[in-house]
Amino acid sequence: MPFNIAKLLENQKKNILELWMKNQLEDEGLREDLITNEELRAQSEELVGSLVANIGAGGSTDLDGDNWSPVIEILGGIAITRARQGFSPRETGKFVYSLKEAILEVLQEQIGDDPKMLFEESRKINRIMDGLTVVTFETFIKGREEVILRQTDEIAEISTPVIRVWDGILALPIIGTLDSQRTQIVMENLLQEIVDTGSSIAILDISGVPAVDSLVAQHLIKTVSATRLMGAECIISGIRPEIAQTVVHLGIDLSSIITKSSLASALAYAFRTLRLEVRKQVVQNK
Amino acid sequence: MDKIPILRMGNFLLVTIQVDLYDRLALNLEADLVQMVNKTSARGVLIDISAVSIVDSFMGRIIGNIASMSKILDAETVVVGMQPAVAITLIELGLPLNGVHTALNVERGMKRLQEMIGPVQEDDDEIAPEDDSFAE
Amino acid sequence: MILSLSKDNIQVQREQDVVLLRNRVKEVAVKIKMGLLNQTKLITAASELLRNMLRYGNGGTCLVEIVSRGRDNGVRLTFADKGPGIADIPQAMRDGFSTGRSLGLGLPGAKRLVNEFDIKSKVGEGTTVMILKWANG
Repeated sequence: MPFNIAKLLENQKKNILELWMKNQLEDEGLREDLITNEELRAQSEELVGSLVANIGAGGSTDLDGDNWSPVIEILGGIAITRARQGFSPRETGKFVYSLKEAILEVLQEQIGDDPKMLFEESRKINRIMDGLTVVTFETFIKGREEVILRQTDEIAEISTPVIRVWDGILALPIIGTLDSQRTQIVMENLLQEIVDTGSSIAILDISGVPAVDSLVAQHLIKTVSATRLMGAECIISGIRPEIAQTVVHLGIDLSSIITKSSLASALAYAFRTLRLEVRKQVVQNK
Repeated sequence: MDKIPILRMGNFLLVTIQVDLYDRLALNLEADLVQMVNKTSARGVLIDISAVSIVDSFMGRIIGNIASMSKILDAETVVVGMQPAVAITLIELGLPLNGVHTALNVERGMKRLQEMIGPVQEDDDEIAPEDDSFAE
Repeated sequence: MILSLSKDNIQVQREQDVVLLRNRVKEVAVKIKMGLLNQTKLITAASELLRNMLRYGNGGTCLVEIVSRGRDNGVRLTFADKGPGIADIPQAMRDGFSTGRSLGLGLPGAKRLVNEFDIKSKVGEGTTVMILKWANG
């Protein structure tokens, strides 16, 4: 008697889906905060549909085959979305495992009286589902990596804001360590902003830089020199006493740079250079 | 052979470099400019490089040369409009062009020159340049 | 592992070829979406090496390649001449050293502008310099 698993699965599609949904919804770790039941059902239905259709079409368990690519695509899409939504690997893994459970349960129900065939078919299903699990994790991790890369870029962008403090005066507070990659971004942003605003003075505030060693000092000097080449002046402010001490102890020469202890005094210097005057208004009581 | 035009504006010479420089062109500019400074007794030279996307060590040296040669002929040189990427690249290359004055654009450069050489006088009296008058 | 995705060999014999090559490098750099600053650094480095090749090596060839490593793309340039060669490479790589009358920033400066730099030379046979810049390096 030739047994047709594809037909069986096709007939049992609804059952499998219901079982799977039940498994998923019963799970305590279900993330109702991240995904609604309707969405979950839609995802599940699509996947079951495509999976069953595929087992019917080729019957091959080799996931590298072309006929599997629609299933892998759907699963990949789900895995990537889940990675971005913030699902944990365990939760994503359960999604696929519980499908296997559901299919095996249906098989047990339908052909449980023929142990040999049940074993044969279960093994086939196992092989397919294990392959799909691996694909899911690969895609999931790739999705996570993309999130990390994007965040790295964002941090780099956010951490170097250029502020226009006055007409012609820019300020750039640097928070955190200044490595060469960061210096590059700082310089690019600062110089572009100088061009865009036509500013002639830039204040680089390093109060948020934990330590200045010779490498950081070199990066600061580079930034100042590049600003000068553009035709603007760069003042370094926010130099704490301990930084002044280390700089001198390390024998770093900052004499070519205008340095101020605070952003306020740098601003005052900038006002003087631009011949601006800030005065307290005299209130006349009459 | 290509030539970069040098414009005379009162006491100043204005050079706007619109093409990508190669070595011979830059060398010609150096020679022409020094000739012009001498011939016109210009007091200032303004070089606008806002359209130049590449300045390597050779062209950097030419710019430095022009500044030093003009200085000997009693003219100040201001380089204006350097692009951010060019400025950063020159610094990485190790060429901060220390002897050269800079400004953001032609207008600022003109102002800078005027401040440096002081009010124009017919008989060219020596006036001490006071470009660091507001420094601390 | 660095894979080469496209290759293009350009002859450099005259000074005017420099502008041509610069444009070619710019083209491939734009193709792999290299940022403006990195483009400028790469072309400036290429400019330095080209000058060396014309001045000391009587011209030569430049191999322009688009390369990839994992998710990174980059431009690799290989300058080869059949000139007299460099006897003392460490000395040539030092800032401010020049046998001509230049600033001596060519080789060390070019090295600072790119991500990877390699120089091989044999006296009497010629010099090969390879530089590589990653699109986001």
